[in-house]
Amino acid sequence: MNQAVGAAVLVPAALYLAGVARARSPWSPGRTVAWLAGLGCLAVALTGPLAAAHGDLRAHMAAHLLVGMVAPVLLVIARPSTLLLRALPVHAARRVSRVLRTAPVRVLADPFVATGLNAAGLWTLYGTGLLTAMLHSPGLHLLVSAHVLLTGWLATAAVLALDPIGHRRGVVARAVALAAGAAAHDVLAKALYAAPPAGVTEAEAGAQLMYHGGTVVHVLVAALLWRQWYRSRAAVRDADRAALLAPA
Amino acid sequence: MTAADPPRSDRRRLLVSGLLFGLGAAGAIDEIVFHQLLHWHHFYDRAGGAAALVSDGLLHAATWSATVAGLALLADVRRRRAFTPRTWWGAVLVGAGAFQVWDGVVHHKLLRLHQVRYGVDLTGYDLAWIGAGVLVLLAGALLLGRARTGSTP
Repeated sequence: MNQAVGAAVLVPAALYLAGVARARSPWSPGRTVAWLAGLGCLAVALTGPLAAAHGDLRAHMAAHLLVGMVAPVLLVIARPSTLLLRALPVHAARRVSRVLRTAPVRVLADPFVATGLNAAGLWTLYGTGLLTAMLHSPGLHLLVSAHVLLTGWLATAAVLALDPIGHRRGVVARAVALAAGAAAHDVLAKALYAAPPAGVTEAEAGAQLMYHGGTVVHVLVAALLWRQWYRSRAAVRDADRAALLAPA
Repeated sequence: MTAADPPRSDRRRLLVSGLLFGLGAAGAIDEIVFHQLLHWHHFYDRAGGAAALVSDGLLHAATWSATVAGLALLADVRRRRAFTPRTWWGAVLVGAGAFQVWDGVVHHKLLRLHQVRYGVDLTGYDLAWIGAGVLVLLAGALLLGRARTGSTP
């Protein structure tokens, strides 16, 4: 199992570094650090003590926060699609860019669709017997983790919209989508606290970790989103004009 | 937000910023002081049903979203040089009072998500909780009224 995780972490790391080496314009080192740190979160969550603690909901939720929330934020900040477009030869980059603008990608990258998918996946995991089944089967555990990572990544990418995918909605719509997803996460955490799934220990502490840890990451994403709006060209131009007209 | 009447749109943005920040700050104080420091409130005391959980989740997500959005709008209003303290603080108090009244009436009493404190007679605590909210709300409305008429302090 650790070999699979190792490959799932080392191959993307190597591909990203190769992309940075080939990029046509200089690439910010911060993005490379974010990519490697995001992959590091995955390695920590899926191997070692967190993965070995079967049935302890605190360990499960710590891993869940790393895979489904912290790693996605770091991987989104690293802007892998932008790097891909800059590293590929021009004609291949154009083809990728066309794929990123097709209807299915546009629909999936809509913040409301993406956060809805993410929430639906989590409710399925904790509301059905899937969690208990996954605690006893390493293969299923890896599959579910991959799903949690991908839907969490998709939702974060759709809200922050840093990569050139689809059509970018306004900041208010993206903030509302983020808050709606967070509300679903909070309700789920308290529902787990009220009625823990079968076969887990430390359910109350685990549910509280999910609730408060989720809040910390959601606030961070909201801060990134509003910082992006504050520094956007349109908002800066608008504010400059207003400041000129304002009474001294 | 038309360029034709910038003062009015700036004032609206200032009000929205204060309301959002007040709502969020009251939620944060509730969470930090009464849940985490005093341990008066319980995470969930199992007295409320599904509606209580949904309402709590929505309000929790709304409060911190409002705090972040309110601060971003405040930064924008300041760089537009449209910040007036009285209007902003009036709006903050209205937002905070509205949160407190909603929390006291709907969450504690109607949905029974959790109570102000456990093992004591609740009447005084509930009156103080909701009464404080009403007072803050009124103080904010008063401040906003003064800011609008432009009277000197």
